[in-house]
This record gives sequence, structure tokens and C-alpha cells, in this order.
Amino acid sequence: MASHFLLMVLFAGFVSLVFALLMRDDPREQVRFGALLWAAFAGIGVLLGWLMYPLPL
Amino acid sequence: MPRPQTGPHAFAASPLLVCAAAWALPGAGHLLLGRRRTGWILLAALPLMFAIGLGLQGRLFPFDTGQPLVTLQALAELGMGVPYLCARLLGWAEGRVVAATYEHGNTFLVVAGLLNVLVVLDAYDIARGRK
Repeated sequence: MASHFLLMVLFAGFVSLVFALLMRDDPREQVRFGALLWAAFAGIGVLLGWLMYPLPL
Repeated sequence: MPRPQTGPHAFAASPLLVCAAAWALPGAGHLLLGRRRTGWILLAALPLMFAIGLGLQGRLFPFDTGQPLVTLQALAELGMGVPYLCARLLGWAEGRVVAATYEHGNTFLVVAGLLNVLVVLDAYDIARGRK
């Protein structure tokens, strides 16, 4: 599996899962916080990718 | 001193023992403290993240005092505990620098170790009754 996007989404999932478990105690809060964090990681990653798109390597 | 808010199956353990267990096996500290759901999830997720890093052909960095950044990466990976030691003993540490996923693998390996350090600190706080 060499898709950069899928690997980023997977990475964001692991990090969000651990942060949610450590930073929230209530299971519902953990799910909500984890989902928000995951969406923020993935969304900001895509946004930064597009912002860097015109830049030459 | 406040009492630790542990689960119903908490094992009376010293904070240092909890930290050692949490470092050696991700989630073990929370399991010892009776936080079973959190412990089992961490026990599944962190070694899986580490294994994915190895599968992506990431490298377990050596402790090279001549290269401070490499040493920092090695320290971060060491945070994984027994899975790290097993991978090193089994010779899975080399990585493949020409692989397209090499840097992804390194990121997974380093961050898995750092996340486990956070888990150890969380277990310590719970054991000391701070959380």
C-alpha cells in the first residue's frame, strides 16, 4: 500500500484514537473528540497538500 | 493525597511498576490499573501501528552519538518497549531506504513510540491519583 493519502488517513486515525483515549474519560466524548481530531488531521493535510501544489520541488 | 480513580479490577501497584509495565507492553499499565477498555484498545492499536511501520519498510534507527537527530529517533522508537526489542532481535530493523514508503514507515515507527510515552505518563498520573 503506497497511497500517500490512505497512509495519512490511517496515521491520523491511530493518533486520534490514542489522543481521544488519553484526553477524554467518557466513551461518548472519546468517540466525538476522536472523530473531530481525525477529520481535522485529514482535512488540514489535504488543505496543506493543495496549498503546496503550485510550489516547485 | 487523592486516591487514584481506577477501575473495579484495579491491581494495587506502585506507580513505577505501572510505568514499567506500560512501557514494556502498550496498554499494560492501564490494564493493571483496572482501565480495561482503554488498556485493550491501546494494546491492539500501538503494536499494530508499529507493525505497519515495519511493514512499510521503515527503519529502527541506531543509537549513534555522532548523529543527534538519529539518536532522537532511536529514543522515540525505544518508547515502544518490548515490540521494539523483539523487532530489533529478529532483524527487522534495517528498513529499505529506496522503498517509496520508507519515510512513511519511519513516521509510523517514531510516532508509535512517542504515543506510548504519552500512554506511560497517563498511566503514571492515574497511579498517582492525579487523574
